[in-house]
Amino acid sequence: MKIKTTENYKIELLFSAVSFFSLLALFLIFLTLAKESFHSIKEIGLIKMITSSEWYPTDEENPAFGMLPLITASLYVTFLSLLISIPIGTLSAVYISEFAKPKAKLFLKSFIEIISAVPSVVFGFWGIVFLVPIIQKLFDLPTGYCILTSSIVLGIMAVPIITSLCEDALNMVPSSLREASYALGAEKHTTIIRIIIPAASSGIFTAIILGAGRIIGETMVVLMLSGGSAVIPESLTDPARPITSAIASEMGETVVGSLHYSSLFTLGLILFVITVILSVLAQYISSKYSLKLGKGR
Amino acid sequence: MLTLNIKEELNKTEEKTKIKVKDLNFYYGPKQTLKNISMDIYEKKVTAIIGPSGCGKSTFIRLFNRMDEFVLESKSEGEIIIDGKNILEKDTDLIDLRRRVGMVFQKPNPFPKTIMENIAYGLKVNGWKDNFQIETRVIDSLKKSALWEEVKYRLKENAYGLSGGQQQRLCIARCIAVRPEIILFDEPCASLDPISTAKIEELIMDLKKDYTIVIVTHNMQQAARISDYTAFFLMGEMIEYGLTKNIFENPKDKRTEDYITGRFG
Repeated sequence: MKIKTTENYKIELLFSAVSFFSLLALFLIFLTLAKESFHSIKEIGLIKMITSSEWYPTDEENPAFGMLPLITASLYVTFLSLLISIPIGTLSAVYISEFAKPKAKLFLKSFIEIISAVPSVVFGFWGIVFLVPIIQKLFDLPTGYCILTSSIVLGIMAVPIITSLCEDALNMVPSSLREASYALGAEKHTTIIRIIIPAASSGIFTAIILGAGRIIGETMVVLMLSGGSAVIPESLTDPARPITSAIASEMGETVVGSLHYSSLFTLGLILFVITVILSVLAQYISSKYSLKLGKGR
Repeated sequence: MLTLNIKEELNKTEEKTKIKVKDLNFYYGPKQTLKNISMDIYEKKVTAIIGPSGCGKSTFIRLFNRMDEFVLESKSEGEIIIDGKNILEKDTDLIDLRRRVGMVFQKPNPFPKTIMENIAYGLKVNGWKDNFQIETRVIDSLKKSALWEEVKYRLKENAYGLSGGQQQRLCIARCIAVRPEIILFDEPCASLDPISTAKIEELIMDLKKDYTIVIVTHNMQQAARISDYTAFFLMGEMIEYGLTKNIFENPKDKRTEDYITGRFG
C-alpha cells in the first residue's frame, strides 16, 4: 500500500510538471518579449510608438518607429476578415447543426476540417495566383496585393474555427428546449431563431473572438498578400503591413540589439497582449455561458 | 365484481371520447415498441398511463402531439383520432396539432429567458402582437398554475432562478397560456421533491375542469391519487385499462396486480 502511494505521488508529480510546462512556456515568452522590447520602450516610449504614424526603421539618418500604420493594418484586416468569416461560419454552423441530414453533416464537417488543415502558405499561394489578378482587374489597381485580398483569404481560413466552435455551442443547447418550443406549436425556423441561437449566443461570441485571435496572429498570408507598405491604410484596396508581417519580414534584416530589433519585440508584445485579452475574454464569456445553462438542471 | 363492471360500462358511456386510439403499432427501427393498442381517452378527465421503465408509455403519449417526428427511423401504424381526425396521417398540420395538444416534460425545461418571456413565447409564436393582451394572458396563466403569488414581483427575472418545482409550474403555465384542449404530462414530477410534487398534483386535479389530461407516471400512488382512468402498459402492450378505482382495487389481470402490489417493476 505504501509503495502504491509513493508511485501515485510520483505519477501525479510527473503529470503536474508536464501540465505546468505550457504555463512556464507562456511565462518565458512574455519574459523574453518584455526584456527585448525594454530597450525601445525606454528609448522612445510606448505611447509615442503606438500613436505616431511614421514607420521608417531602417532610415539611416532619421529612423522612425511609429507603429500606428502596422496596428491599424492588423485591425483593419482582422475586421474585414471577420465580416467574411462570421456570416459564413455561423450560418454554416446553423445549417450543419439544425438542418443537415446525417450524411450531409458528415460530408460538410470533414470538408471544413480539411480547410483548417491546409497550410497557410498554400492559402498564400492560392491568393497570389488566383485572387491577386482578379482583385487587380476588378478594381483597376496598380497591384492586387492589398488589404482586401489578404482579408478574403484570412476570412476563408477563419471559417473552420468559427463553424466548428459555433456548432459545438449549438449542439450544447439541450434538446429539451427544442422540444419545449415545438410542443408550443412553434415552427422550426422560429425555434432556431428565438430559442436555440439566443441560448447558444455566448458560445457563438466565443467562437467569433477565437476566430479573431486566429486572424490577427496569422502571418504567412498577410506577408504574402497584404502588399507590405507601412502606411495607414485609407481604403480596402490599399496595400498594408500588418504587425505579424512586419515582424516576420524585418526580423531577418535587423542587427541584434538595435533599436529596430527591440521595436519588433515591442510589436510582438502588443500582439501578445491583444491575443491574451481576446482569449481571456472568450474564456470569461464561455464560463458565464455554462453557468447560465448549468443552473437548475 | 359484476356490478362494478356494469357500473364501469355505464360510466364509460357517459363520458365523451376526446382521443380514440385504434390498433396502434409503433416501430423504432426493427424494434416494435407499441403493440396493438386501442383505447378511448375521455374529455376533461385525468387518464394515467402506468408501467415499468421501457414499457412504451412515454413513446405512446409523445405520439399524441407527434413528437415522434424527431425520432429517426420510426414508423407508426393504426390511428389516433382526435376530434374525428386521424392525427397520424401524413397531411396533419403539426403546428396546429401542437397548439391543441400541449405537453409538460419530465424535466422542467424553461427557456433561458425571463419568466414573462417564457410564457409569452407560445402566444407570440401563435401570432399574438398586442402587449397588453399578452400580459393579461401571462398573469392569468400564472394564477391558474398557482405560481403567481411566488413570482408576481419577479416577472422580469430569468426563469433559471426559480426552484425545480417552480420551474415545472412555469412550464405548466407556459403550456396552458396557449389554451390547448389536451395536456400531456410526461412524468412531470420525476425530478421533484415531495412538496413540489404535491403542488403539481393539486394543480393537475384543478386543471381537469378545463382540459383533457393524459399523464405518464412511474409513481402508482400518484396515479391512484389524481387520475380517473388508468392504463397499465407492459413491454409495449396495454395490459389493462379502466377506472382507476377498479385497476387499483380489483385488477383483472395477474400482471397488473403484480405490478401494483410491487412484485415487479
